[in-house]
Amino acid sequence: MKGWILAFVQTGLFVFGAPLLAGWVKWIKCRLQSRQGPPPWQPYRDLRRLFNKEVVIAESSSTIFRIAPYLIFSVTVLASSVVPMVAIGLPTSAIADVIVLVGFLALARFFLALAGMDAGTAFGGMGSSREVTIASLAEPAMLMGVFTLAMTVNSTNLASMIGFLLNHPFQLYPSFVFAAMGLVLVAVAETGRIPVDNPATHLELTMVHEAMILEYSGRYLALMEWGAMLKLMIYGVLLANLFCPWGVAVDFAPLPLVAGLAALTGKLLVLGTALAVAETGLAKMRLFRVPQYLGLAFILCLLGMLSHVILEVS
Amino acid sequence: MFWNLACLAVVAALASGLLPVFFSRSDAAVRTVAFGLLGLSGLAGILGGGGALLGGLTITRVLPVGLPWLHSHLRLDPLAGFFLLLVGLVTLVAAMYGPAYVRQYEEGPQPLLPLTLFTGLFVAGMNLVLLAADAFSFMIAWELMSVTSYFLVAYQHQHETHRRAAFIYLLMAQVGGLFILLGFGVLAGFGGGFDFAAMTAAQVPAKWATIAFLLAFIGFGMKAGVVPLHVWLPQAHPVAPSHISALMSGVMLKVAVYGFIRFVYDLLGTIHWQWGGLALFVGSASAVLGVLYALMQHDLKRLLAYHSVENIGIIYVGLGLSMIFAGTGHPQLAALGLIAALYHCLNHALFKSLLFFGAGSILQQSGEHDLNRMGGLIRRMPVTAVCFLIGCISISALPPFNGFVSEWLTFQAALQGTALKSGVLGALIPVAAAVLALTGALAAACFVKVFGVCFLGLSRSERCSTATETARGPLLGQVLLGLLCLLFGVLPTWTVGHLETVARQFLPEGMPEATAQGWLWLTPISPRVASYGAPLVLFGIGLAWLLAWLWLHPPHRKMPVRVGPAWDCGFGPLNARMQYTATAFTMPIRRIFGPVWPIREHFRPASAEEPRGRYDLHIDDWVWLKVYQPIGRLLLATARRLALIQGGNIRTYLAYSFFTLLFLLLVVSL
Amino acid sequence: MALTQLPLTEQLVLTLAALILFSSFLLLAQARIVSLIHTFAWQGILLFAVTCLMAATSGRPHLFISAAMTLALKVFFIPWQLRRLVVKLDIRREVETVGGPSLVMIAGGALVLFSYYVVLPIRELSFLATRNTIAISLAVVLIGMLMIITRRKAVAQVIGFMSMENGLFFAAVSATYGMPMVVELGIAFDVLVAAILFGIFFFQLRAGIGSLDVDHLNRLHEVDR
Repeated sequence: MKGWILAFVQTGLFVFGAPLLAGWVKWIKCRLQSRQGPPPWQPYRDLRRLFNKEVVIAESSSTIFRIAPYLIFSVTVLASSVVPMVAIGLPTSAIADVIVLVGFLALARFFLALAGMDAGTAFGGMGSSREVTIASLAEPAMLMGVFTLAMTVNSTNLASMIGFLLNHPFQLYPSFVFAAMGLVLVAVAETGRIPVDNPATHLELTMVHEAMILEYSGRYLALMEWGAMLKLMIYGVLLANLFCPWGVAVDFAPLPLVAGLAALTGKLLVLGTALAVAETGLAKMRLFRVPQYLGLAFILCLLGMLSHVILEVS
Repeated sequence: MFWNLACLAVVAALASGLLPVFFSRSDAAVRTVAFGLLGLSGLAGILGGGGALLGGLTITRVLPVGLPWLHSHLRLDPLAGFFLLLVGLVTLVAAMYGPAYVRQYEEGPQPLLPLTLFTGLFVAGMNLVLLAADAFSFMIAWELMSVTSYFLVAYQHQHETHRRAAFIYLLMAQVGGLFILLGFGVLAGFGGGFDFAAMTAAQVPAKWATIAFLLAFIGFGMKAGVVPLHVWLPQAHPVAPSHISALMSGVMLKVAVYGFIRFVYDLLGTIHWQWGGLALFVGSASAVLGVLYALMQHDLKRLLAYHSVENIGIIYVGLGLSMIFAGTGHPQLAALGLIAALYHCLNHALFKSLLFFGAGSILQQSGEHDLNRMGGLIRRMPVTAVCFLIGCISISALPPFNGFVSEWLTFQAALQGTALKSGVLGALIPVAAAVLALTGALAAACFVKVFGVCFLGLSRSERCSTATETARGPLLGQVLLGLLCLLFGVLPTWTVGHLETVARQFLPEGMPEATAQGWLWLTPISPRVASYGAPLVLFGIGLAWLLAWLWLHPPHRKMPVRVGPAWDCGFGPLNARMQYTATAFTMPIRRIFGPVWPIREHFRPASAEEPRGRYDLHIDDWVWLKVYQPIGRLLLATARRLALIQGGNIRTYLAYSFFTLLFLLLVVSL
Repeated sequence: MALTQLPLTEQLVLTLAALILFSSFLLLAQARIVSLIHTFAWQGILLFAVTCLMAATSGRPHLFISAAMTLALKVFFIPWQLRRLVVKLDIRREVETVGGPSLVMIAGGALVLFSYYVVLPIRELSFLATRNTIAISLAVVLIGMLMIITRRKAVAQVIGFMSMENGLFFAAVSATYGMPMVVELGIAFDVLVAAILFGIFFFQLRAGIGSLDVDHLNRLHEVDR
């Protein structure tokens, strides 16, 4: 019972902390570009403003358009409850392993793409078409990276993976180095950041994610934006806790939990800064260079798997 | 009792075919009798097969019909019972769907009676294949199934393309049947008898076992539709009536998979891991090529046919993994692979027939079969749209529906490749799993395209904007299938527990840990390795949705939604032509994976002959162009050479007889 | 023995081996000649690091000399020569491959798996903990050869040849504590001479047929078509 309450609290932290991470990345980006920038808690204000605004929907849209924001948000929240953020061993970790997590994000993306096509405009179709193309190429790389990790720990359950790495003394796994590099590239593609997609663009022909939510307004738009921020946090927490698991609480006593929260905050701040630096330094690629980018991610994960088979198993 | 139910399934199907002949004057009577008896056959199949599976029974009977020295052996065991359940389910829904659907053929040039006659015989043939326990009965039932489906595919024989497609289908069915017969022949030679019991007990040396395996692989693979033996599928499915396409794609392909499983796991017994490697390779190739070809189609039923190729590939990946583990001495993991493949058979039967039934409704109501001329149907046909959406989500392998569970089990089986001692195999299996992941993501892309172009947005043709919802019968059938898709996605532990009965029939160990944690959790291998709580997933999504809804809709405030025009960038009113078409949606994928298809693309800008310009895009099938057409040309050339014997001159023919007589006299005298 | 039982230095050697393999793949993927030369220099630096590590842990000081030679030749001298060549010949343009980059990368991956399969029985003969790296070194050699046959420009083919030699050197260092010093010096001298000869050859080639695209050499054949 205590575990379920803690899982609920952790999910709440996830959901309400996601805008802060997005705001932090944006603030660092602005600073790097010598601008004042909005404070890191600006996304909360944006969400509150959107929740109070009127909703306008296109006359050519259907029920899918109206239920998609709720469905996407709910599925992403469920996905976030599965990822161990502060502690492992929570009962929600047993609901889904990492393959199911990928499935949740795929379900959210399916409905996002459908919502893009629903208004009957060219921009929505363009966004959906590009999004599903990028997603199809990112899936094999993601799965290969996940498999490389799972082969070492012989489990796909996220809590077991992190537990395994915590219990064993520090090892330098070449396969993990490659899988980390590959998964970082995949995470950038899946969350729609530069160099794959520009989250701050206003030019419709350069949009991928923004084009699909172009018709949304008011509370629907707030839910979609929140879902995107939550997805960014999910990938951030996954990368942070899988490759640097130290600090995650193993039991449910108050002190390890607070230490876990502090460790996670530190890791996310570092990851956010790295993302901001990369976004400032790189330019967005044209769409038909993304296959080469994701091909590189796949080769990295493949090399990780081959390193595991060749070097780490005797 | 379950044996009697299984026999009732066969008899009712035969009756549904033959009885309406006596009522041929009244179309309504033909319809009612035929589909009523077909529904009875389906129900009997569900109860009989389900009973045999749940109870783990094996019942054998010998009928006094057949050849004098080989009476007809029939057997109902859990494997046959499982597939009987599948056939029964889809037949029942086809019986619900049929009456309203075949009304459109009553005004057509061909009579209704052949359709119902051959449908009944087709279902009876499929059920008999599942019950057959000796090679002779099996082949007779197999041929019955193939020939009756030929007539069904050629039902609208007025069109040249339909006749050609049916011919190719019949040709490949016969060639496949020949390979199967040869496979049975090898086993019968070593076993000394044609019944399955003798073949199981036979001691076959490894080389001959491999030959028999290859013959069965090609024969059953041709009927199941693996690449490169799949070319009949995308030609035959679009031309057959939609409920027949659903039966063919949903269950006939599974009967071929049943034949393959029966041959390898039951009759051959000892499995070599190299066979599993072949099945894994062919399965992965079928999966990825099937989905890539499906992406480029804009005829709805042809697209669904290529997706059948993809899903059969996924089933073969599961079977390949199972055979690899069985051959290297890991019976529990082999059980996992087999259960994943069987679960995918069940799921594919459900969601593919749902999609074909939906496609049939769309065709009937809107008169369009090209995706690029559909659109906006969600407002005109809402119930069909919801059921079709469930089918799309299931086939894209997304939680919490059933397609996801079988893909998850296949991935878990692939992950256990580390248990193999061979490093090379342990490295190739994750590559196959990555190919499977690519397939799943591309399938989701394809079904976003299908649902988005077909149901959402604005209507792209006049007929689509005036379509209406179908009758209650088809809707009821589709709703039933949709509910089953959800049910089998949310209760996987119960299903896996019963599929384990089938696995334990052939493998020394089952997979008891899968259900050890209770009905809520599915834990193949162990809870530490992987677990999936499907009911909790559905509950979690519902809870989060409810909380979000309650928070955003406080009871004392009205939350209005205003409807306005869509964003048009200031260019003026949008029309349906400005939307993305199906071809446009998949353009990035076409450019990225270019060499996979033979593409002929021509663009002629506006000129005197073509005032609006012209754009042509043709996408064929490499296997058809590079393998089948050359074989066809070679056969025709050889036949033309041999035809020189037929000189036409009567003296030449008499000379043939004369010289043959001389030759025989010479031979006798030596 | 499993990775978890090796001391940290040997794990580091395995990590560096994987990074050397990665640099081979990067060589396959690079399009521009100058980046190709820089990647080759990075491969040399990784090789230097591995040799120093092996020298430190095994206590064989002659490996330090090998490491120094690697640094001097593969990291500084040969890349510097090649860069001078590229600037003089003015060929900083894109380097084309035969068959498309994705196919070449897949072929590279298949080669890695193939070398692992081939090397399995040979592994048993070495008694070092890092014997798994024999498969990596064979893969680097084969990928170097793949580079030679799939690249059009002669400079890229030279780098492929050099990376083959890198692979052989890595095999020697990680599997058998280096080669006898005489062999080492001989090979190093050979490589040096080869680099100089290539430079001279390129000028002749360019003067003779007007470009460094080796496919243009197809025009030399016996039978008139």
